Amino acid sequence: MKYLKDIGSYFLMLKRVFSSFTKSAVLKKLIFKEIDDLIIGSMPIVAFISFFVGGVIAIQTALNIDNPLIPEYLVGFATRQSIILEFAPTFISIIMAGKVGSFITSSIGSMRVTEQIDALEVMGINSLNYLVFPKIVALLLYPFVIAVAMFLGILGGWVAGVYGGFSTSAAFIQGLQEDFIPFHIIYAFIKTFVFAFILATVPSWQGYFMKGGALEVGKASTTSFVWTSVLIILANYIVTQLLLS
Amino acid sequence: MIKVDNIRKRFGEEEILKGITTTFDKGKTNLIIGQSGSGKTVLLKCLIGLFQPEEGLIYFEDKILQEMNEEEHRVLREDLGMLFQGGALFDSMTIEENVMFPLRMFTTQKKSEMLERVNEVLKRVNLENVNKKYPAEISGGMQKRVSIARAIVNNPKYLFCDEPNSGLDPKTAIVIDNLIQEITHEYNITTIVVTHDMNSVMEIGEKIVFLKNGTLVWQGTNEEIFKTDNEDVTSFVYSSDLFKKIRDIQIKEQ
Repeated sequence: MKYLKDIGSYFLMLKRVFSSFTKSAVLKKLIFKEIDDLIIGSMPIVAFISFFVGGVIAIQTALNIDNPLIPEYLVGFATRQSIILEFAPTFISIIMAGKVGSFITSSIGSMRVTEQIDALEVMGINSLNYLVFPKIVALLLYPFVIAVAMFLGILGGWVAGVYGGFSTSAAFIQGLQEDFIPFHIIYAFIKTFVFAFILATVPSWQGYFMKGGALEVGKASTTSFVWTSVLIILANYIVTQLLLS
Repeated sequence: MIKVDNIRKRFGEEEILKGITTTFDKGKTNLIIGQSGSGKTVLLKCLIGLFQPEEGLIYFEDKILQEMNEEEHRVLREDLGMLFQGGALFDSMTIEENVMFPLRMFTTQKKSEMLERVNEVLKRVNLENVNKKYPAEISGGMQKRVSIARAIVNNPKYLFCDEPNSGLDPKTAIVIDNLIQEITHEYNITTIVVTHDMNSVMEIGEKIVFLKNGTLVWQGTNEEIFKTDNEDVTSFVYSSDLFKKIRDIQIKEQ
């Protein structure tokens, strides 16, 4: 029963997010601030993780190939497939659920605890539109983060494969081009948009409707990470089933 | 003038406000007092529209809050100023941006005009050279004054204050009380202050409403409150040693 109530309140929140819009000049500023906080602020950690995980995928693949009949370009092929299909869109989104999701929940939760949301409401401002809408718009740029993660993941795989002596550069690049299906990129970006919406709205819901004090803000951040991750994994399964099966 | 007529508010099974009827006068500092849990803040939140009462009507001048359409609500909210217990300043904004916020949201003024008004109200609350600081960089008393500045920057008709003295030392509390009263008279606004601070009652209570367990048990002025025979009020007023001693001295002198 509680879950049904929560789902209902989530959709009612979404309805309010897209109504009674804040003044456009104010919204513009908020959107740029959110892009800075959520997108640009996430780039260093995404770049670092993508590069090294790409390297690890290449090494793991190479080390598990001991059959001489398997072509050398498989290292590049496996790296590309792993990164484009799952690592960049899904794995990075789980990391973002921790980084961006917790940030959103704790910042909105702190505003709830310190009555800043009440202050907005008393002034006649639709606090959900003011707080959540700019985050949704900012996260429309999330596919850019994932594109960077894809590029750096593959680059990391190439560096580890070639300089680690696991593959030649030509074979790795051949693997990247082998059996390339452009729809896989479209599939990855469709997933990314779905995950971006989850990343913007689920942590916002957790923060906005939290009750209590500073301790509860911490608890809400943890719960937010758990639920955002669960929904990303579920959405990943559903989108994959719909688009690839 | 704000009038409340038979306001009732429940949370679940518990009835917090049990039919409150009173008037808050224009140009006066109206105080809602009572012990913790008496329903003071709930009444205030009903008045500012954060809570919806199950029964009763709230009149802002001759208009009924519950019967206002969206546009009338929007216009009314522009006339409300609110000082929250903790200040409720936006911590991602500077003091200047905080005070300017209502002007940015509701007016079409140029930035220079807004800045001029911000400096004017900050000066009015005796705060200067703090424009570029963030709320975390100033003291609690200064935060309250910034919050008052934000509440009055758009020339409201109604000012609501929830425990304006909480967390402040007695001297700063008096400064805040006096500031609220001065602003009330200067701008001729209807001010409603929720408090359980007897110093505030003595200093600025031009009209006092006393609540007990969600019921209005007494109302009057700050002079009348010390003469009333109402046991609930006297036990509240003389709960502090200081006021008990003052009363004893007065009795001895008589």
